[in-house]
Amino acid sequence: MADPQLLSSVRTLVGRQYGRVYAWDAVNAPMIRQWCEIMGVDNPLYTDAAYAADGPHGGLVAPPAMLQVWTMEGLHANNYPPGSTDQNPYEVLKLIEEYGYASVVAVNSELSFTRPVYLGERLYYTTRLESVGDEKTTGLGTGFFVTLVMSHFVEKPEGDEPVGELLFRVFKFRPASARTAAQAPIENEPAKAKRPLPGVSDDTRFFWEGCAEGKLLIQRCSACATLRHPPAPVCTHCHSFEWDSVQASGRGSLYSFVVMHYPEVAPFDHPNPIGLIELEEGVRLIAGLTGVQRDGLRIGQQLQVEFQTFDEQLALPLFRPVGE
Amino acid sequence: MTSKNTKRFDDVRPGEVLPTLEVPITVALIAGGAIATRDYFPGHHDLDAARELGSPHVFMNILTTNGLVQRFVEGWAGPLARFTSLKIKLGVPNYPGDRMSFSGSVTGRDPQTRTVEVTLSGKNSLGNHVTGTVALVLPGQPEAVA
Repeated sequence: MADPQLLSSVRTLVGRQYGRVYAWDAVNAPMIRQWCEIMGVDNPLYTDAAYAADGPHGGLVAPPAMLQVWTMEGLHANNYPPGSTDQNPYEVLKLIEEYGYASVVAVNSELSFTRPVYLGERLYYTTRLESVGDEKTTGLGTGFFVTLVMSHFVEKPEGDEPVGELLFRVFKFRPASARTAAQAPIENEPAKAKRPLPGVSDDTRFFWEGCAEGKLLIQRCSACATLRHPPAPVCTHCHSFEWDSVQASGRGSLYSFVVMHYPEVAPFDHPNPIGLIELEEGVRLIAGLTGVQRDGLRIGQQLQVEFQTFDEQLALPLFRPVGE
Repeated sequence: MTSKNTKRFDDVRPGEVLPTLEVPITVALIAGGAIATRDYFPGHHDLDAARELGSPHVFMNILTTNGLVQRFVEGWAGPLARFTSLKIKLGVPNYPGDRMSFSGSVTGRDPQTRTVEVTLSGKNSLGNHVTGTVALVLPGQPEAVA
């Protein structure tokens, strides 16, 4: 439970307005060109004065995603141009931190644009503490979603003009794990998500070894010849412990299916179609579907197995539609 | 005069899929993007500082992500599209050596304002780095050339 004193202090801050933060530089061509260069943005309306003069704005404009750039403080933290406010729009985060919520992560950045920003214009923004949510627990830990809205303006002698807004939401939280950042393991390479490996037992080993050789093997009772899948130690028909395996043709039909849309979990593709396939030998198995349109799946459609190797270690059977 | 394809409002249908964009994530892009957006937070350019924060490497800043989202959408829409919003949700970090693959499609269309909405994601090997929506006003049909 959050401390009642904290909740009360936070509540008094919500809705508070913070003063102006000015841009160090007016909107200018060199900063725009360098931004376009690194981002790979090649719209000539931002960099080609002749093209822009004939364009919809009658001159060069700044890329919209640069809106925030103009008012950044730069190398020295909290070093804003003269005339900027001394107030700290992030004071609520400091307040929450004092109650033991040490970590912060940005969650949402929502830019909206009222009009283009032209070369030579000078920007400033004001900040409003829009909301602080109730205490929530996420995968990261327990804390508060804090939403700030920065309203951006251009200075004009005849009255300043709004040009756009940034809604910025962070999660200020106490980490779920006791492990602190400093103790986190340091890896040279980011870990790539891999397919989870199956648990292999004496009963199932033949199946995975078959996949590695490009064979779809089905368990068969040595006593009564009943086929069974998934593999198990005992025949479901005659209770014999004796078994061997046969290679399936790999042909089957779609008995049922599901298409996973959410959550998107690496390394799987999404949407992720998964089938329950009835093999022509009579048993059913679950496997990924490949070469299918998510709207094109049909119960009963004919499929053929193929094998793909993932992460250079795991061969899996996948089923692909075949002409009928 | 550069000639570029311009998407017209009448040419766009809901469900239209944008051409994918693959962005190699490099130290130059992360550090250069941070400085081009005047973001000197050490985790974006200083490997030791990033490791002290518990990250395996320097990581991309939000303003660079915004720039790449603009590039992805503008590359499809052409130079005359006017952005009215660019709203993103942040996911896993972008680290050097990875690749981010953008995909997206048209999910809204308002003839009154000639606004289209694109829903997109930028995915790397760890999962989605960014998901979001962009709203654009597209030009109408070109006037007949005299």
